[in-house]
Amino acid sequence: MRAAGEEVLDELSATAAARPAGEDDHVDGVPARVVAEPSTTDEAAAVLRIAAARGLAVVPRGTGTKLSWGHPPERVDIVLDTGRMNRVIEHRAGDLVVHVQAGVRLDALQEHLAAARQRLAISPVRPPGAGPGTVGGVVATGATGPLRLSHGAVRDLLIGVTMVRADGTVAKAGGKVVKNVAGYDLGKVLTGAWGTLGLVTEAVFRLHPLPPAARWVTVPVTSADDAHDKVQRVVHSSVMANALELDRAGDGSAALAVLVEGIPQGVDDRVRTLLGLLGDAGDTGEVGDAEVTDVPPGWWGHAPWERGGVALRLTHEIARLPRLLDAVDDAGPRCGLTAAVRGSPGVGVLHAGLPADPGAVSAFVTLLREASPAWGGDIVVLDAPPAVKAGLDVWGPVRGLSLMRRVKDQFDPDHRMAPGRFAGGI
Amino acid sequence: MTIDEAPALTGLAERLRAALGPDAVIDDHQRLRTYECDGLAQYRVTPALVVLPADVTGVVAAVRACAEAGVPFVARGSGTGLSGGALPRADGVLIVTSRLRRIIEIDAASQRAVVEPGVINLDITKAAGADGYYYAPDPSSQLICSIGGNVAENSGGAHCLKYGFTTNHVTGVQFVAPDGEVVRLGGKAPDATGYDLLGAIVGSEGTLGVVTEVTVRLVREPEAVRTLLAGFAGVDDAGAATSAIIGDGVVPAAMEMMDALAIEAAEAAVRCGYPDGAGAVLIVELDGPAAEVEAQFAEVERHCRAHGAFEIRIAADDAERASFWRGRKSAFAAVGRISPDYIVQDGVIPRTVLAEVLHRIAELSRETGIRVANVFHAGDGNLHPLVLFDDAVPGEAERAEEVSGAILDLCIQHGGSITGEHGVGSDKAKYMPRMFSDADLDTMQLLRCAFDPGGLANPGKVFPTPRLCGEVPGRHKGAHPLQDAGIAEVF
Repeated sequence: MRAAGEEVLDELSATAAARPAGEDDHVDGVPARVVAEPSTTDEAAAVLRIAAARGLAVVPRGTGTKLSWGHPPERVDIVLDTGRMNRVIEHRAGDLVVHVQAGVRLDALQEHLAAARQRLAISPVRPPGAGPGTVGGVVATGATGPLRLSHGAVRDLLIGVTMVRADGTVAKAGGKVVKNVAGYDLGKVLTGAWGTLGLVTEAVFRLHPLPPAARWVTVPVTSADDAHDKVQRVVHSSVMANALELDRAGDGSAALAVLVEGIPQGVDDRVRTLLGLLGDAGDTGEVGDAEVTDVPPGWWGHAPWERGGVALRLTHEIARLPRLLDAVDDAGPRCGLTAAVRGSPGVGVLHAGLPADPGAVSAFVTLLREASPAWGGDIVVLDAPPAVKAGLDVWGPVRGLSLMRRVKDQFDPDHRMAPGRFAGGI
Repeated sequence: MTIDEAPALTGLAERLRAALGPDAVIDDHQRLRTYECDGLAQYRVTPALVVLPADVTGVVAAVRACAEAGVPFVARGSGTGLSGGALPRADGVLIVTSRLRRIIEIDAASQRAVVEPGVINLDITKAAGADGYYYAPDPSSQLICSIGGNVAENSGGAHCLKYGFTTNHVTGVQFVAPDGEVVRLGGKAPDATGYDLLGAIVGSEGTLGVVTEVTVRLVREPEAVRTLLAGFAGVDDAGAATSAIIGDGVVPAAMEMMDALAIEAAEAAVRCGYPDGAGAVLIVELDGPAAEVEAQFAEVERHCRAHGAFEIRIAADDAERASFWRGRKSAFAAVGRISPDYIVQDGVIPRTVLAEVLHRIAELSRETGIRVANVFHAGDGNLHPLVLFDDAVPGEAERAEEVSGAILDLCIQHGGSITGEHGVGSDKAKYMPRMFSDADLDTMQLLRCAFDPGGLANPGKVFPTPRLCGEVPGRHKGAHPLQDAGIAEVF
């Protein structure tokens, strides 16, 4: 008698490429049975219909750079790999709009768009040693890096979406025009939903012109208050920084780097203004401390955690940055660990890297969560080794959770899409 | 249905008077008629009951009472929507948020404002101005429209081309769910943990609950603003200039176009003094750091001349800038000077097919004898054709409706949308199936069912045939149960 797994494989193979799962296909330590690799929305729908008929759990995967983020799934029957859904369906350069399949790699897309002097203004959070991932992964996690200050988050750039629901129904929302208020904005609900409401198979994004000139101004910062003071000077000025990143290494050294992009003459002007704003203020004193470069600092756009370490996302009200940094500085020594912090204080999203010490991390996160009303944000453990996650609620408390559970129940009544991976056990 | 005929509603009125005070409840027929329509006056329904809560507790009381009595409710702000989104129900309660008008906090240091839903859009900018900030989304009605209504409709405006829409500027809401639960989503910090239900609430046209507090992003006032007005022979040239400017990598703060008929109307109303003989006028506004603005402004001017602008005016000061905008902002009202009746349409097309679509609209106009004046946000392809007619002429209103619908079909055919900023409301629910499949609409309904399983929040808006929660989503044959019961109609 044939094993049930083989039957599933046969059935899947009739609709999309499929193969037995191997060790590389484990999702955050949870073994998978089968990997399906559809190349179109219709094929993906066929895969999800089979999964629905057989009650199988499905976890979508792009290049896998953020596959271990969140809680480990409760079970994985099918890994739905989007690697073959890698076509740019339509790039309407004149409309500054691109329609892509979810498996398109972000770096390949940027290369394609650059030929038309355009870009998708998403700078993803890059885990150490990882590539920039796929469009689908960026949508699923909603993770954005430096450019968010000037261009908004993934949710703000996504204008249309095609999804396959858990039952295999294909649906779309939004469209191909930037201005559109017809119907519910399901694209936003799917952004950052970690694949738990359905599979995003296609996305339409608004694009921006590629700026002809870019310059980084980097200054050292000496304390949480100094960082705050400099951030406030930049964000309240009319210099219109395109990105503003803080980097505090574990050893206590820290820097703030500001990106300005635009036409060369305008960039020169804004750099001068920035030097005036940052140079004559704070504890560091002189303009001479500032470095002006044509390339970003080496740490720019890279996550502050080590491979195998612990990754946190810390959100905050812009003006309460020092409260958050002080809390990190206070909790670290109390828990016997040092946190490296990096991110976008002008947006209110920082990331932190911690060593993978289960007890210390758990104590650190607890201390920070207790203090979080002081800066008005959330603390999420994005990634950590299984031993660390086991002792933690990685997502923490969630406002509106009962409503979110009802949304999950409507979209995925059998809880088969990435079950247990998301906030509140969703 | 009047309140006298519905015992449930009589009980509701008494209950709400006891909870909210006698001043907060209106059930007198004459006074109720004040609320019979919103900005879209061709639809009129007298609500059974109006409540005017002064705080979130009052809203909870009203919503909970409706939930318990199984009575539908509709939220209404200033009533300036142009799609009938706040059209009352004859068998329901209208919850008016105009007394919820406190600006709770201007937190310039964190670039946020926290306000109640009845606060007027422009008042946020006025309050933030002292700190050098403003609230960016600026519907033409910003002098009177409320932020709660803006959230419901995901309102836009001339400056959304560069700065985005309401959804890009709301970072938190408190709202009362249809079961009366008070839910807070987001706040002053971004990326609250969990699903982005805030993204669902904005633009949901009051079908997911009643918003009672809004946290918005404030935007730093730009260092420089420059505005140019260019006269062209016709819309083709002006459209080509628009494409060239955007194609060159310039993202103006606003880019607005008017055609000959719209200019004629504006001149008749406000004597805006636009260039003589212009078949189209383009207004382009740039803002940002001074050096960028100067350099890009020269580019804009060059593109306008290259595409046939015969006259270019550059605003020397704020007064002149205001005069450029006066004609554009008065255009809707101004068509009343050249036509007894008109329909304001709101459709979107990809910018690159602007010329093609405008030609087709002109053909439609010729074929039907119905005049169409075009005023629109050229930069983002959001058309506002004003379809002119005379209700006194038999059959003309119907032909105008047909032209108006045909324009929406054109938008859909070209990959656009049936509404860019006014919402679907009562007016366009029937067009939704032309843009979305049954599966698309059913999927949206899944969200509705999660928030509002009883279907009491603003029923009949946005979706053409309200499906019952619990009904299996997917394709359906035959009459809908609600249709059979005589509750819903098929468009």
